[in-house]
Order: sequence, then structure tokens, then C-alpha cells
Amino acid sequence: MGDIILTMKGIDKSFPGVHALDHVDLEVRKGEVLALMGENGAGKSTLMKVLTGIYKKDSGTITYEGKEVEFKNTREAQDAGIVIVHQELNMLGHLTVAQNLFIGREFKKGIRIDDRKMNEEAQKLFERLNVNIDPRETMSNLTVGKQQMCEIAKAVSFDAKVIIFDEPSAALTESEIEEMFKIIRDLKKKDIAMVYISHRMDEIKVITDRVTVMRDGTYVGTLITEKCTKEDIINMMVGRVIYEDPKTESAVPKDAPVVLKVEHLNAGRMVQDVSFELHKGEILGFSGLMGAGRTETARALFGADPKESGDIYINGNKVTINNPQDAVNCGIGYLSEDRKRYGIVVQKTVAENTTMASMNDFMNGIFINKNKEKEVADKYVEALATKTPDVDQLVVNLSGGNQQKVVIAKWLTRNSDILIFDEPTRGIDVGAKNEIYKLMNRLVAEGKSIIMISSEMTEILRMSDRIVVMCEGKKTGELDISEAKQETIMNLATREIE
Amino acid sequence: MANKKAFGKLKGREAMVLGIVIAMVVLFSILSPTFRSYPTFVSVLDNSYYITLMALGVTFPLITGGVDLSIGTGLVSYALIGGYLVVHKGVPIGVGILVCILVGLLIGVFNGVLVAVMDLPPFLATLCTCMITRGLGPALCSSMGVSWPSALSEQGAFRKIFKFTSASGTVIPIGIVFMIVLVVIMSFVLDHTRVGRYILAIGSNKEATRLAGVNVKFYHMMAYMISGLFAGMAGVAYAATYATIYPGSGAGFELDAIGGAIVGGVSASGGVGTILGTFLGVFVICLMKVGLPFIGLQANWQQIFTGIVLIAAVLVDVVKKKK
Repeated sequence: MGDIILTMKGIDKSFPGVHALDHVDLEVRKGEVLALMGENGAGKSTLMKVLTGIYKKDSGTITYEGKEVEFKNTREAQDAGIVIVHQELNMLGHLTVAQNLFIGREFKKGIRIDDRKMNEEAQKLFERLNVNIDPRETMSNLTVGKQQMCEIAKAVSFDAKVIIFDEPSAALTESEIEEMFKIIRDLKKKDIAMVYISHRMDEIKVITDRVTVMRDGTYVGTLITEKCTKEDIINMMVGRVIYEDPKTESAVPKDAPVVLKVEHLNAGRMVQDVSFELHKGEILGFSGLMGAGRTETARALFGADPKESGDIYINGNKVTINNPQDAVNCGIGYLSEDRKRYGIVVQKTVAENTTMASMNDFMNGIFINKNKEKEVADKYVEALATKTPDVDQLVVNLSGGNQQKVVIAKWLTRNSDILIFDEPTRGIDVGAKNEIYKLMNRLVAEGKSIIMISSEMTEILRMSDRIVVMCEGKKTGELDISEAKQETIMNLATREIE
Repeated sequence: MANKKAFGKLKGREAMVLGIVIAMVVLFSILSPTFRSYPTFVSVLDNSYYITLMALGVTFPLITGGVDLSIGTGLVSYALIGGYLVVHKGVPIGVGILVCILVGLLIGVFNGVLVAVMDLPPFLATLCTCMITRGLGPALCSSMGVSWPSALSEQGAFRKIFKFTSASGTVIPIGIVFMIVLVVIMSFVLDHTRVGRYILAIGSNKEATRLAGVNVKFYHMMAYMISGLFAGMAGVAYAATYATIYPGSGAGFELDAIGGAIVGGVSASGGVGTILGTFLGVFVICLMKVGLPFIGLQANWQQIFTGIVLIAAVLVDVVKKKK
């Protein structure tokens, strides 16, 4: 193994209310591929952002090629030879491949951009990487896989000594991944160090030399890939103590009626043949890693995105859900993970948001009965303990937890029996979190049924009666809470070695 | 007075625009003695009706975050078609007026389908209907100009509902009364009906509104229908005020209306706006149109000042947002 090229030591970083990185160490060697693993929110991306100057660290040192460095921005990091290949492709679709590669540092001939030279340089670069892409091709005509190759080529063209891959395979097909691995092996021979962030256990085994595991913003340890098993890695990823008492057994009687049954739901790559049942009074947890297809499943079920096939039964009756209107009429309410974009209408008042889904009940002929609207909104503000001066307050002025309560009020006003909570406590502080949990427990006690999508293991184990685990668009398992352990869930959530 | 209640309810922006209107009247009156006369007052109002009607209508697409550029050439086209039927085909005046309004509504539906159902960008869709309506009137009416019947004739009696001349010769601009009635009605529509509520919601967050189970396409389309309907009514008002309709004119009228709405506080990015604000905003535009010549500035300056006022109006919003 090569010499150490990059050392991060005792890196500490806090955001308001979150200790994102707690004295994290990282060591990268020349010519190796280092896997960086951890659950959602473990701090992998934050650490990489600190390295490349997107975030400023609170304390700790970064030593690169024997010198202590602190990059002010990605440009500086790039110039020094540290480059990130992002998961989302940052390509300009209308420009050609070569124009994309050299954007911001175009070759010039006088005041004219020298496209010919750019094409030549791009061609040389591709030849070096053994990739077959025409530099003159328009970027949007390339497959996602080829676009990813361009991203890598671009990174290499910066004379990169350290390349960071942030979930590079998320959008790629098997053969494209294989092609990418070929390039990575080539780069290894050229003594370039690489950090590979991925959730895919099989890829980690195939391409990486060492694995560094992070958990909840701390460094857990580093293993030699060859000498460890998947179980070793998972144990390191989840080996936390759960403070809030997890549920030990389901609160739902065995014979509770099935209120929602989904069969063979298909919607693109992210939802493949998903089937599950939801019982009355149950909280059904949906667990999985980022990109597992949980939100996509919920959106397809709710009619927010088109679905290709699949049957949905409500209380035993088959229903057709083609758009959110149908879903709402079936008694389903969806609380989005992205409240600001999908949940609330920010420039409207608490009262207006509360009645948004059930306007019919608030009409006096053609006029809106504003008194009744206020009355109902007031009722829910009190029942849910929403902190707002009055119901005429614009929701944009409320805190995250209170905005969430307004969304809950909206669906309660509609009298929805099935509520889909997508990351119910994202962006909500700890105190408000507990309130939301209590509220959810109260709702199921009152006979509502809840689907809860959550990326937080503690939340899943604390709230769910049953757990569905998804991985890459497929349902990989279903567990009763009594048999659910962090390790079992994580095992199902990561792809098996094939 | 009914006004008093409305006064108490004035929001910051509306009060500000009202202040600007008053300040402009005072300024022009001081600078030009001829401005503060009854005929000028009537003239300002006379020139405002068709703009007011367009503005009341276009407020709805604007609030959804879109725009309707077809109303200017549209209203001329509708007035041309209605007038042609009355003058050359001997159709009763009432039918002519109705046709004028209905064609407007029809174009509104067309715009609505393009934008809400077929997902065309509003700017592009209505730019196209702007061109279509520009040619539509002349095409249907053999490219002739039309003069609606004189106010003194029986057929032209409808024009008195905008400007009534009493037996003693006093001119009473009662059109303003109709405008106020319409402002009250449309305020109600915007603030107290489902149509208004959902149009505001669409402009504020279309996706969240859709996910609340609202038939977003229908209500989005309604906004353009209202705009078309009011463009049709503006066609009638235009005919009543100016009588002679020239084919192919009307381009740029919509800018006065949209400008008025924006000055009145309708957010160009959607979600925010009031009918009263639009109404007051139109007066800022109209006063400049009529008033600036009185203080010795040519009509061209009106365009320049309108542009500057618009920039100021939008800047106020931008600065507010940043806070």
C-alpha cells in the first residue's frame, strides 16, 4: 500500500442544534480506494465538504502531501488536486462534452474560444482513461453512465491526486458500474487516491481496499476490506445504544382489519413490485437507506407520481388512484418529507392551510365560511398544541415542528384515516420531535393508521409496530417489531453480495 | 360611507399606492392649473375603464405566477368583431356586446387549456394568442375598421353606462361606479370563494396544493378564463369610450394593465395580490398617461416614468423578501 497522502485529524463541526462531526479522523493512501460508510446522516458528506472547503471546520487539522492545508472553497481544493465526483451530475445538457469538461477554464485563441483545442484535449483525456466518448457530442445525448464517465474524466483533468466519489453508482446500470470500476482500477495504478462513498456492500467488497466507518458524526474504525465480512461492517455502522426505549412488541391486535393493501406496485426504477398491508391502528415503518425508493413508493401510492401497475385496496375494496385528488377522496393523507415544497402553502395562513384539503366542508353556497374555518383551525391549534399567535399567522413564520402540526391538522380536518408520514421529524428539534411522536401514538390509538417513512433507525424502532425494509426500489423484508434489530434491518437495507 | 370600511381594511401596500395616487393628483394640480378641472377628471376616468377591466382580469393569472399577454390585442379584436356584427350585419346591440364578451371568454378558455392542461409556459402561450387575436379580428371582419354606433343613437345607448350626460349638459362619469362594483365583486371572488383561494394557493405553491387533493388544472384554467372574460368586457368599455376600432391595434395595452397590477402589489412570482391594490395601481398608470402632458412632458415620458415606477414597485417587493 502507498504512502499516506491525506490525513484528517480531530475534525469537529457543529451546526445550530447539531454536532455534525465529533473529532473525526480519516486517512487516505496513494493508490488505494477507501470506502467511507455509515448510515444516512452519519456525517460522510459533511466530512467531505469540510475537506473540500464547502464547510469551514470548527477544529482539527487536515494534512495533505505533508503540509497542513485549509481550503477556502472547492476551487482551491481542485487546484491542489482534491476533486469530488458528485452523485447528481452537474452537467450542462445543451453544451458538448468537451465544453462541459473545460467549463470555466476554456482554451482561448485571442478572444475566441478554441473549441478545436478543447475537443483535442478531451479526446486525449478519454484515450488515457480508455473511454469511448465523442467530445463533440451534446451532453444530454449521452446515457447517465457516460455522463458519469465525463464527470470522472473532468476530475482527472484537474490533475487530481485525490478523487472523492459520492455515491457514484446510484444512477448506473450493472454494466456501467463495471465500466466505471475499470476506470477506477486504472486510476489506482496511476497512484491516485480515491474515497468511495456508497451504501452498496457488494461494490465495497469488489472495488475498495479499506473501509472507514462513521456513525452519528463520529469515527468508528477502519477495516481492511479483504479481511472483513458484511456483518462486521454493519455492526460498526449500527452499534449504537438506543436511548429512547424502542417498542418491544406491536400494540396492534393480531386480528386488526387491513385498511390498506398494496399489491405489486410498480413505478419506474425506484418502485419495483412493492406489496404490503397496513392494519387499522398500526404504525408501519418504512426503513431503508437513501434512494431505497420509499418516498417514491408513497408518492406512487398517493397518485402524486404516475405508476405503471399495481392494485390498491382500501378496506378490502379495490380503488383507482390516478392523482392526489383520488387518494384524498379515499381517505389517504400524505405528509411530505419536504414540507416547504410539498406540504404547506407558506404564504397562506394557518387557517387557510388547515382547510386546504377539505374546502367542501367550509362552503356557504359559493362563499367560504371563514368563521367556521377559523373555528376548526382554532380547535386543531389547541388539540395539537401548535405554537402560533393566532390562526391568521402565515405558516412561513412558524417553526418546523409547528408547520408539521399544521400539515397534520390539514389531514385531520379532511378526516383522513390513512396518514403517510414521510420523515415526520426531519428538521424538527428534539423537544418538538417527542411531541410529534406522542401525537402519532395518539392518532393510532384513535383508530387512524400510519405509514411512517424514516431514515432514522431510532425513530423506526421506537415508533413502528411492523417494519418494511426497502433497498433499491424493492421490498427486501418485513419484520414484526418484536424481531426487529438494527443489524437485521441494516442487513436487509444493504444490497446482498451476488 | 362604504369607503370607510374599505379604508380601515387597507393593507400596507394598498395604503402606499393610494398615497401615491393622491400625491400625483396633488402634484399635477399644483404644477398645472388646467389639470384640476372637471373635464380632466372625467378624461382620466374615461381613459381608465378598459385598463381597469383588463387589470382586474389579468390579476388572476398573475397571482398564479403566470401572465396573460393576449388581453390587449384581444380586447380590440373582440370589440372589432362585436362592432362588425352590429354595424354591418344588423345584429342587435345587445348581441354584439355579448359576442364581444363571449369571444373574450373563449380565448380565455383557450389560454387556460394551453397553460393549465398542456403545460405551456404562460408567457409563450399567451404571446401566441396575442398574435392570434391580433389577426383574428381583422380576418373575420374583412380587415375593416369599425365605428360603434354614436352615443346619441338608440343603438349606442350602452355607451351612456360609462359616461352619462344629463339634460343640463353635465357629464357624469358613472362608469367608475361600475368599476367599484366589479372591484367589490372580484375582491369577494379572490378572498371568499374557492376559486380565489385555490388560485392564490397555486401561485404560492402549486405542488403542495395538488398534493392536498385540489383539482389544480381546473382552477389554474379558471384564472385564464377570468382574464379572458374581463378582456371581453374591456372590449366593450373600449368601444364605449373610443367608438372607432382600428384593426390590428391594441398591442401594448396589456402592459398598462399588468403594470397597474404589479404597482398595486401583485407579486410577479405569484401567490400575492389584491383586487383593490390592482385597482389603485391602474390609477397610478392612468394618471401618468393623462397627467404628464399637463405639466409639459410629452406622452413618451409617460412610458419612461411607467417603467421607472414599475422597477420601484418590484424593488419594494424584492427588498421586503430579503428581510
